[in-house]
Amino acid sequence: MSKVLVIAEQRDGRLKKSTFELIGASAAAGNETHVALLGEGVTGLAQELAHYGAKKVHIADHAGLKFYTSEAYSKVLFPLIQSLSPSVIMASHTPTGRDLMPRLSAKLNVGLASDCTQLAFEGDQIKVRRPVYAGKATVEVEFLGSGPRIATVRQNALGVPKPDASRTAETAQLSVDLGKIAAQVTEVVKGTSARPDVTEAAIVISGGRSLKNAENFKILEETADVIGAAVGASRAAVDAGFRPHRDQVGQTGKVVSPSLYIACGISGAIQHLAGMRTSKVIVAINTDSEAPIFQLADYGVVGDLFAIIPLLKEELKKIKEH
Amino acid sequence: MNIYVCIKQVPDTETKIKLNPDQSGIDTAGIKWIISPYDELAIEESLRLRDKNPGSTVTVLAAGPARVVESMRTALAMGADNAIHVELPEAADNNWVAKSLAGALKKEPKVDIIFTGKEAIDDGAAQVSQLVAEYLGISYVTVVLGIEYLPSGVKCKREIEGGSFEMVEASYPVLIAAQKGLNEPRYASLPNIMKAKKKEIKVLKTSDVGTSESDQKIRYKNYQLPPPKQAGKKISGDPAAQAKELARLLHEEAKVV
Repeated sequence: MSKVLVIAEQRDGRLKKSTFELIGASAAAGNETHVALLGEGVTGLAQELAHYGAKKVHIADHAGLKFYTSEAYSKVLFPLIQSLSPSVIMASHTPTGRDLMPRLSAKLNVGLASDCTQLAFEGDQIKVRRPVYAGKATVEVEFLGSGPRIATVRQNALGVPKPDASRTAETAQLSVDLGKIAAQVTEVVKGTSARPDVTEAAIVISGGRSLKNAENFKILEETADVIGAAVGASRAAVDAGFRPHRDQVGQTGKVVSPSLYIACGISGAIQHLAGMRTSKVIVAINTDSEAPIFQLADYGVVGDLFAIIPLLKEELKKIKEH
Repeated sequence: MNIYVCIKQVPDTETKIKLNPDQSGIDTAGIKWIISPYDELAIEESLRLRDKNPGSTVTVLAAGPARVVESMRTALAMGADNAIHVELPEAADNNWVAKSLAGALKKEPKVDIIFTGKEAIDDGAAQVSQLVAEYLGISYVTVVLGIEYLPSGVKCKREIEGGSFEMVEASYPVLIAAQKGLNEPRYASLPNIMKAKKKEIKVLKTSDVGTSESDQKIRYKNYQLPPPKQAGKKISGDPAAQAKELARLLHEEAKVV
C-alpha cells in the first residue's frame, strides 16, 4: 500500500471518465488515494470522486484556475506534493495531463513515465508498461533514483470502475496564490462536433480512402451516433482531405484504445495499425479479403462497406431500442 | 530574432520494428532514419518567421548519437543557418535530452523563440518540449495549430480534445511545440542539400552543457512486441446477413454494444 495522488481533470464542471479510471485502479490496490481537484466552481465535484475510491480530495477552487495552464496548476500542485509526499503521482495522458506533468516532474527532479497502458502497484512502487513506436513494441519503465514515481496513463487503458454512491471523502481547501502567470489562456473555443474525441470514446468507427469523399463519412457518422461512437480516419483519408487531422488514428495521428474499433475501408497500413492495435475488440469491413487489417480483426467482414454500414446501423438501432 | 529549433531523428513510420535478442532495445540495422514529422513543422515555422524578420537566424539543435547529424544536415538543407549537436548516448531519456538541449541553449547569447514538434513519433512521450522550457525558465505552448506573432510575444491556437482549442498568449522568450496543420513543410532542393553538406555543425559534449548520466531518470527495459492476435471470426453471407450477424456478435458475444 502506498500514498497515491491523482490529478483530477474536469472541463466545464464535468469530471473526466479517465480520472475515475486512475482513482479506481489506485483504490482497488488498497492505496491511500488522494485526489487534487483544480478549477473554478469545482468544490461540488469532490464527492463524485469519492464514489470511485478517493479517500481525500484536495480542492483548489479559484477564478484563476478557470482555464488550465501548466503554470497555475504547477503553482498549486507543487506545494501540495511537497506537503503530502505521495509515493506515486498519476494523471491521464490527455491534452492537459501530457502538457502539465513534464513540468511537475522537472520541478520534482524525478522521471516521468508517459502514456502508460499497463500499471500495477507493488508496495510503494509502480510497475508500468508503455507503447513505443506507436505500439509496434512496448517497454517496461524503470524509474532511477529516489522520489515519487510519476505516470500519465492512456485513456481507457484501466477501465472505469463501478461507482459506489455510499462512499464519501474527506475534503480540504488548498490556499491558492497564483502570482503572475506568464502564458495566459484568453479563450477556449468549443469544437462544433457533438461526438466524443477519438481518444476518449469507448467506441471508434474509422474510415479510409475507400470512403471516396468527405460526404460519404456521413454513413459512419450516422452509425456512430446510434452507439455514441467517435469517428476516426486513416492517414490516407486525412491526406485526401476527407477528415481533419484531429480525427486521424495512427502513428502520426492519435493512438486510441477503445473497447470497440470498427475499421471501414481501411487496408491497415503499419502506421495505422500502430494507432489502434490495443483496442479491445476490432472489426474490419473491407472488400479486399487480403487486407492486413484482417490479421488484427476479431470480426472480419469481407464486403462493401456502402452496403453493410447502413444495414449495420439499423441492426444496432434495434439493439439499442431493445 | 534568434530562432531555435530542437529536432529528433526517428525511424521512418513504415519501419517494421525488430527487437534485440536480449530485448534491451530495438534492432536498428536497416532502419531508415527521418526527422520526426512534427519537428519538420517546427523547422518550417522557424524558416518562415526568419524570412519575415530580416537579420534573424535559425539554429537547429539535436541531442543524440552520431547518426542524428544526418537529420541536422536535412534541416540545414531546408534552410536552417546553424546547427548544434549535443552528443548523448542512444538510451538517454527525455529528461537528460531536454536538460542537455537547455544547457546548449543557455550558452547562446540570446534566445527569442524555440520551436519543437509536439511529440516524437518513436517514443511518443511528449515530454522534451515542456522540459526544455522548464529548464530554461520560460513559457511553453504545446500542440499549436496557429501562431500570431506580436511585437512582445505570440498568440497561439492550441488544440485540445474534441475539436476544441485554446487561445494562449505568451511573451518572448517562448517555446512552441508544433501540431500538424501549423504549416506545410518544404522539401530541401538538391543544390541546398549539396550546400548543407559543407556547413559546419557545432558539437557539444555533456560536460559542455552541464549534464551527466545522473540526469537520466528513467530507463526502458524488457522490450516486447505486441502478442500475435488469434485469427478472428470471418462473417459471411449477403450484406444484410453480415450486418445482422456482426451486430449480434458485438452485442451478445463481445458485449461491447
